[in-house]
Amino acid sequence: MDKLIEQFSFGLFFWQLFLFVGLLFLLKKFAWKPILEAVNAREEGIKNALASAEDAKKEMQNLNADNERLLKEARAERDAMMKEAREIKETMISDAKEEAKAEGAKMIEQAQAAIQSEKNAAISELKSQVAELSVGIAEKVVRKELANDADQSQLIETLLKEVTIS
Amino acid sequence: MKGNFSVRLLTAIMILFSVSFASAEVKSESENQEGKDLKTEIKEYIDHHLLDSYDFGLYSYTTEQGEHKYIGFPLPVILIDGGLKVFLSSKFHHGETVAEVGGNYYKLYHNKIYKTDAAGTITYDEAHHPTNANPLDFSITKNVFFILLVSILMFVMFSRMAKKYKSNPLPTGIGRALEPIILYVRDDIAIPNIGKKHYKRYMSYLLTVFFFVWIINLLGLSPLGVNVTNNIAVTFALALITYLITTFTANKNYWGHIFWMPGVPVFMKIVLAPIELLGTIIKPFSLMIRLYANITAGHVVLMSIIGMMFIFKSWIGSPLSFGLAFALSLLELLVAALQAYIFTMLSALYFGSAVEEHDH
Repeated sequence: MDKLIEQFSFGLFFWQLFLFVGLLFLLKKFAWKPILEAVNAREEGIKNALASAEDAKKEMQNLNADNERLLKEARAERDAMMKEAREIKETMISDAKEEAKAEGAKMIEQAQAAIQSEKNAAISELKSQVAELSVGIAEKVVRKELANDADQSQLIETLLKEVTIS
Repeated sequence: MKGNFSVRLLTAIMILFSVSFASAEVKSESENQEGKDLKTEIKEYIDHHLLDSYDFGLYSYTTEQGEHKYIGFPLPVILIDGGLKVFLSSKFHHGETVAEVGGNYYKLYHNKIYKTDAAGTITYDEAHHPTNANPLDFSITKNVFFILLVSILMFVMFSRMAKKYKSNPLPTGIGRALEPIILYVRDDIAIPNIGKKHYKRYMSYLLTVFFFVWIINLLGLSPLGVNVTNNIAVTFALALITYLITTFTANKNYWGHIFWMPGVPVFMKIVLAPIELLGTIIKPFSLMIRLYANITAGHVVLMSIIGMMFIFKSWIGSPLSFGLAFALSLLELLVAALQAYIFTMLSALYFGSAVEEHDH
């Protein structure tokens, strides 16, 4: 201990204190502050970049999920639409079939009616022609037959009888 | 004489090439007489190595003519003794002559400057201590010179490193090696001990003291190296700064815990106050002694082992002590960093206790 105190050099102590404190302030201003600030800024930057990357990832996932959902919805909608269309098609087809059937039936009926009326007309025409012909024939026959009155009356009688019978 | 020369030359070579040895110091004529045995010589070498000196000597040897040769350069001596006296230490001629400056006479004796008369007489007391007056000495000694050198080196290194961050957020060049260390000091020394809230204002001191002690310890192990941290004055200055920072940045809580320890009976509070107060001084005191003692012990052991090479002078002993010295040098490299770490760590711990916030 004696030796230590004896060796203690005040000059060295003074210079060490002076130089060290000087160095401390110089380094503080010109080295530590800028270095630590730069390092801090860099670390903050890295932290922020990581955080934003994480955010972007999350957003991406959200977007993907959204897309997925939209796709699913679209698919469902498409399916629904297709189903509806199919139904509509089927109903249309069946409606058309029925209508066609009804129309056909109606047309057949009308045709039958027309045929009937045509037939009736033809029959009546035929009848009238037959009647005319009969009248003509009858006239000719009558003209010839009715050369005498007796015959004439007899004939009328027979004809009347026949007509009444028929 | 020839043998002596070769031994000395060998010593010089060993000194230069064993990473551990700092400069072999100058010896005064009286210490270098014939007939001294090797052990005493080695002991003197070691003692000398541990001391500060007024010139930057690299090594010395004795020529065949018995003349001392000193390789190195003188440094300025600054004395305050009835006015400022500045002169080069070459005036002392390594303690051989009396330096006359402005009518005053000074003599270098055992690495201390004493005021003497023109003849250079030194008077002694019973314990063989000189009784001459010591002038107030602010000389740029070898250690001061080295501190200055390391300060300049650190300033250039770190300010250049800081400038590079302006253009590029990533470290370049030497910054690549230094940045992890700076971050280590911040993340593993400052923040855990001081806390995230307050650590920023202590960072400058912690970083400066860490790099200063580390670099100066490492250079102390280099061949031209000078031991700076084995001077109690240097470690005292560092510890004093830690003490002052702790004291002046301390909050109410810190003082409350010293003078009026909460949670103990009143009697205990009175007993604890002086103990706690003493503790605040013992803490930095331990810092001072720890650094000083570790570095000094390392150098003494290392140099003793190197000295053993010359004592053994055998094919087994000398290589063995060389190997041992080499291993120990590696250990000292670790110690250099370790002591810097411990000093910084404990400083941070004390700062942490000064700004700690308790919730009572």
